Amino acid sequence: MSLLSIEDLVVRHGLLQAVRGVSFSVERGETLALVGANGAGKTTLLRAIAGAHQAASGRVIFDGTDLSGVPSHERVRKGVALVPEGRRLFVQMTVEENLLLGRTAGRRGDWSVERVLETFPNLKPRRHAKAGHLSGGEQQATAIGRALMSNPHLLLLDEVSLGLSPLVVDRVYASLRGLINSGTTIILVEQDLNRALSVSNKVICMLEGRVALAGDSKNVSRDEVTRAYFGLHRNGAGGVPA
Amino acid sequence: MTNQIVQGILLGGYYALIACGLSFMFSVMRIINLAHGSLAVLSAFALWLLASRFHVPPFYGLAIVLPLMAVIGWALQRFLLERSARGGALLPILTTFGLAIVIDNVLFEQFGADTRSLAPFIGSLSYDSWEWPGSIYVGKLAVIIFVTAVVLLGGLQLFLTRTGLGRSIRATSEDPDTAGLVGVDARRANALAAAIAMVTVGLAGAFLGMRATFDPYAGATQLLFAFEAAVIGGAGSLWGTLVGGIVLALAQTLGAKIHPQGFLIGGHVAFLIVLFIRLSTSGLGLRGLLHLPTGKTP
Repeated sequence: MSLLSIEDLVVRHGLLQAVRGVSFSVERGETLALVGANGAGKTTLLRAIAGAHQAASGRVIFDGTDLSGVPSHERVRKGVALVPEGRRLFVQMTVEENLLLGRTAGRRGDWSVERVLETFPNLKPRRHAKAGHLSGGEQQATAIGRALMSNPHLLLLDEVSLGLSPLVVDRVYASLRGLINSGTTIILVEQDLNRALSVSNKVICMLEGRVALAGDSKNVSRDEVTRAYFGLHRNGAGGVPA
Repeated sequence: MTNQIVQGILLGGYYALIACGLSFMFSVMRIINLAHGSLAVLSAFALWLLASRFHVPPFYGLAIVLPLMAVIGWALQRFLLERSARGGALLPILTTFGLAIVIDNVLFEQFGADTRSLAPFIGSLSYDSWEWPGSIYVGKLAVIIFVTAVVLLGGLQLFLTRTGLGRSIRATSEDPDTAGLVGVDARRANALAAAIAMVTVGLAGAFLGMRATFDPYAGATQLLFAFEAAVIGGAGSLWGTLVGGIVLALAQTLGAKIHPQGFLIGGHVAFLIVLFIRLSTSGLGLRGLLHLPTGKTP
């Protein structure tokens, strides 16, 4: 059984249909990269999986449970954690307080404040600093750490490299590789195609709310993804991954 | 003069106590509860009823009334404020205004217009005092109220910063959507915050009844004091509320010293001065407040 199955999902922003009948599935331990131009519906899809947007129709089935109508905080309890675009830290709280909030869901697991600080050593000296006073890289590390503190089965990462310097992005991705190697299931929204393809097992390219291309990252060429990205290629390599 | 300052500081403790719940609800739920004063009076009447009909002393009565106020706060948030907040920022203000009218009139219908007090039920505590050096007499009840305010504000501060529930409430007040994404049930956090706020209101109502008289329409005055203390101290800041209460009380005491009827005016003047300083430092100024054009050419 797949860890996550998306079935004909439709999500609307008012009159705008941001996600139009998307279907795919993610197996345990996989890393799926969602790529696509701005406005393709990637973030909306991720937020719909996390419960921040309610779907107009379709189903999100996680670990055999239909999450339709389940609020976001309950989804965290079931093991879905989102690192939102723009980090969305609680800026009046310290790094440690932000991390401890991740434990609100009460899921048992190996992640603790100490382990997050070991995974992201740049946070160690900033443990008691307010999140609003952190650099972009430190904020991103805190946001990822906060999500990990809920000991998720599925980690949703939205544009983790956005607004960060290349050096900091390298550091964040180095930490992500550690997570991927530890078997954490990840869906990654990323604008940088090379990075997305290098860390993922599977890739889905979205265009205007639909899946334009889906396949194994190793079998899909950069050219195919680029063509799908700009709408020059539809339903090409591999179809929707099982 | 020293005597007036001491009395003003102690009175500030009461104002901090009554402003605490108003400030807490505003900082967490962004709701200005205009029924705040009426709910305090409701608590005072509940204690009076327990004392006069069932011979339960007010301090013991708190064991019944405070949990009841917590339930009222929880229910208010779940069934009234949460729904009205969906209609925009103005609707909760109008809703709580309506609630205040309902509470006032239900109390009037039940208890009539007579003024009451809890003082007869607390023995000599209502008038006992200690003599301090310099022939300064401080009321025991005033000191108890001040200490209660400090302990309550300190306890709330510790609760918000050191406990998981407190962190959940702070996260909800900062960004309810993101709080949900980290596993916080924002509805529960808001309901819990409303329950806590109502417990502080209940306590303030008890001390209102012990230190003064009250009637069904006394809520408006208490709301005014609470609002002024909260604004002076910076709405949302717990220790600021204590400072705001003390500043308000000192201004009232000073006003009373200048003119026999200057008690309330002194407080209002202090409130207006702080309000305009806050507006000018926030960049809004009087022009912003009155929505006047800035006079700059495009």
